[in-house]
Amino acid sequence: MALLQISEPGLSTLPHQHRLAVGIDLGTTNSLVATVRNGISVVLNDENGRAMLPSVVRYLADGSVAVGEAAQAMQSEDAANTIVSVKRFMGRGLKDVGEISRLPYCFADVPSTGSGQDSGMLQLRTVAGVKSPVEVSAEILKVLRSRAEAALGGELVGAVITVPAYFDDAQRQATKDGARLAGLNVLRLLNEPTAAAIAYGLDNAAEGIYAVYDLGGGTFDISILRLSRGVFEVLAANGNSALGGDDFDQRIHCWLLEKNHLSALGPQDTRLLLTHARAAKEQLTEHAEARITAALSNGEVIDNVLTRDEFQSMSQNLVEHTLQPLRRALRDAKLGVADIKGVVMVGGATRMPQVQHAVEEFFGQTPLTNLDPDKVVALGAAIQANLLAGNRSGDEWLLLDVIPLSLGIETMGGLAEKIIPRNSTIPTARAQEFTTYKDGQTAMSIHVVQGERELVSDCRSLAKFELRGIPAMVAGAARIRVTFQVDADGLLNVSAREMGSGVEAAIAVKPSYGLSDGEITRMLQESTQHAQDDMHARALREQQTEAGQLLEAVQHALEQDGGLLDQAERTLIETQMGLLRDTLQLADHLAIKRAATALNDATVSFAQARMDKSVAHVLTGKKIAELGDK
Amino acid sequence: MQLASFDFQHNHFQLFGLAQSYQIDSAQLEQQYRALQALVHPDKSAHMPDAEQRVAMQRATLVNEAYQTLRSPLRRARYLLSLHGVDTQEETNTVMPLDFLMAQMEWREAVSEARQARDEAALAQLEARLQRETRELEAQLAVKIDAEKDYAAAAGSVRKLRFMEKLAEEIHAAYDAIDI
Repeated sequence: MALLQISEPGLSTLPHQHRLAVGIDLGTTNSLVATVRNGISVVLNDENGRAMLPSVVRYLADGSVAVGEAAQAMQSEDAANTIVSVKRFMGRGLKDVGEISRLPYCFADVPSTGSGQDSGMLQLRTVAGVKSPVEVSAEILKVLRSRAEAALGGELVGAVITVPAYFDDAQRQATKDGARLAGLNVLRLLNEPTAAAIAYGLDNAAEGIYAVYDLGGGTFDISILRLSRGVFEVLAANGNSALGGDDFDQRIHCWLLEKNHLSALGPQDTRLLLTHARAAKEQLTEHAEARITAALSNGEVIDNVLTRDEFQSMSQNLVEHTLQPLRRALRDAKLGVADIKGVVMVGGATRMPQVQHAVEEFFGQTPLTNLDPDKVVALGAAIQANLLAGNRSGDEWLLLDVIPLSLGIETMGGLAEKIIPRNSTIPTARAQEFTTYKDGQTAMSIHVVQGERELVSDCRSLAKFELRGIPAMVAGAARIRVTFQVDADGLLNVSAREMGSGVEAAIAVKPSYGLSDGEITRMLQESTQHAQDDMHARALREQQTEAGQLLEAVQHALEQDGGLLDQAERTLIETQMGLLRDTLQLADHLAIKRAATALNDATVSFAQARMDKSVAHVLTGKKIAELGDK
Repeated sequence: MQLASFDFQHNHFQLFGLAQSYQIDSAQLEQQYRALQALVHPDKSAHMPDAEQRVAMQRATLVNEAYQTLRSPLRRARYLLSLHGVDTQEETNTVMPLDFLMAQMEWREAVSEARQARDEAALAQLEARLQRETRELEAQLAVKIDAEKDYAAAAGSVRKLRFMEKLAEEIHAAYDAIDI
């Protein structure tokens, strides 16, 4: 059957060779990288044939960093410097993490950047200095990036990085910043269950309403999607970004402490028992019981047998915790259990029999298991990356995803007023008008929060925006229009304009849990301190390549659609093209970037005209085709 | 030869090739929505220069907004009346028939009682009744707008519908509150 008719006469870019793009599943426990090769999505293995890279990073005293198996092997011995499950810390403050004492890390004090009650993203003190979770994640991504570049034999044009659907803005931004630190061009942040649905749906030509139940190492997502004629439409997403397989390990860990009358273990023993707990959990998937033997650092040896029944009863309420988001997602989608055609299981933790049973019982059907729950997210992300890189694959499809949590602003009395409701299809925007309450007021502050609760203090603080440069007027006369735009990554951007004067109000952003641009620049510099020249050479090469592509694309557009422009518009664009060409000769990547931005700015209305023409062309063509059918 | 271009400044109805009326062909709306998104969605221009990506985001945002507006009976009516220059005054005009207000208070009480008693069955009953009454109001709205073209009366119905929508939100919140 023909999918959506998508021919883009006006928008076709240059003929090109295959662009190298990957999908990366940056998981709590393991991470993977995949790509589309000869039309088939495949996971890229390391030189030892292993697909999964343990998401473990160890910092050593000599400044070197070990990632993956090598780091994992030392996680008990050097627990304080070996960061496991860093994803749980992304965009999170210390108070979000729960019982810090159970974790074998040394947390650094973070100066408050947020709204008083918040203390910013947590940081870890290691032998190599204080590290942000963003930097730790970047180490994992760097390894996957080099693995991919070695396997594909060239530099990547970009990557799709997956995130839990229920990740909030701060967690998404932290992930994107990590990719930037790792030198990756992020084509898109893609929700993990959506990635799985793409891989499953395209593979099985699935049509109908599907639920994706994704229980990973540290996060839980439920997404309800409608798959129809090449369109993947997310109807509702829900979840818990602090619930996953790790919590099941914790339950076994606590059980071990209790059984053996242990208390206040050091980081090394804590990690040792957690490692054994995880092994026991995995063993109980196939076996009725698991034996746990471990020698603690004080010489004490523990030896316990855990039965599947015991494990199930101690973890029962964790499984039940996943059912509430499920019911909420169905209610939001205005659907019942009977509407669900199939249930796709994603994430290693869905292998646990008690999880399988609970899901089966809830939906009244056996979950689909004809896919690898560990790999399906990376495979879907690779398919998306291939499409976004502009490699036409033949079967066209469209993804319509949603924002998982409502966005709101703080109003009088500490209440949150929703401005963009959860499950709105992205990209989406909402403009809101504000006014001044004092004569001559030239600044105002807007506090943006995310969450479903009524009180600001119960929601997640995202950022405080300070609007400055409002023209001085009497109270209530200024009309400031603030636009909240959520892009296709699910990330919020805010802009403001005074309507009377048209003055663009400057916005100073204080992200509550994020990193400022300055911090990112500092991290970038630190990570390449030894290779300062290298960094410049790379930046220059990247800017030159991008500028070259931009010039070609604009030239191509002029040849194709130059007729849409009047002489003045054309002259402006050609002037900017000339300026950009001139800067290409200079070894100054900033100058090239400035000229490229100027050319981009000069072509926005041309791009609009081209898109409108192509939309008209396709829609008209379609109507004629439909008439012809009758 | 230059093709006619598509005008995104069109009103929402024109954007989806629909007649400007309260009753719409929802299959056509959906089909045109998908066709438009297939062309303007940011995923389609992720590999193109910045200018194209920016335009794609603006267009896709607009198409989403227009689709959501037309898909919801309440938002569609409000938008249609605004095209006719009628402000529905949902925030300012609080003059409502007394019996309607009384009924509203009873609804509120019933929802909050069910919430307190954690009674899902009662909530389901209230929800079903609310849906029936909402449908009735929507049917009246269709007559007032499309047949009678009595936009002032229609604005009154929109205000009533907004009350019903708030009730539906309260029921939804009550479900979430008792489901822990």
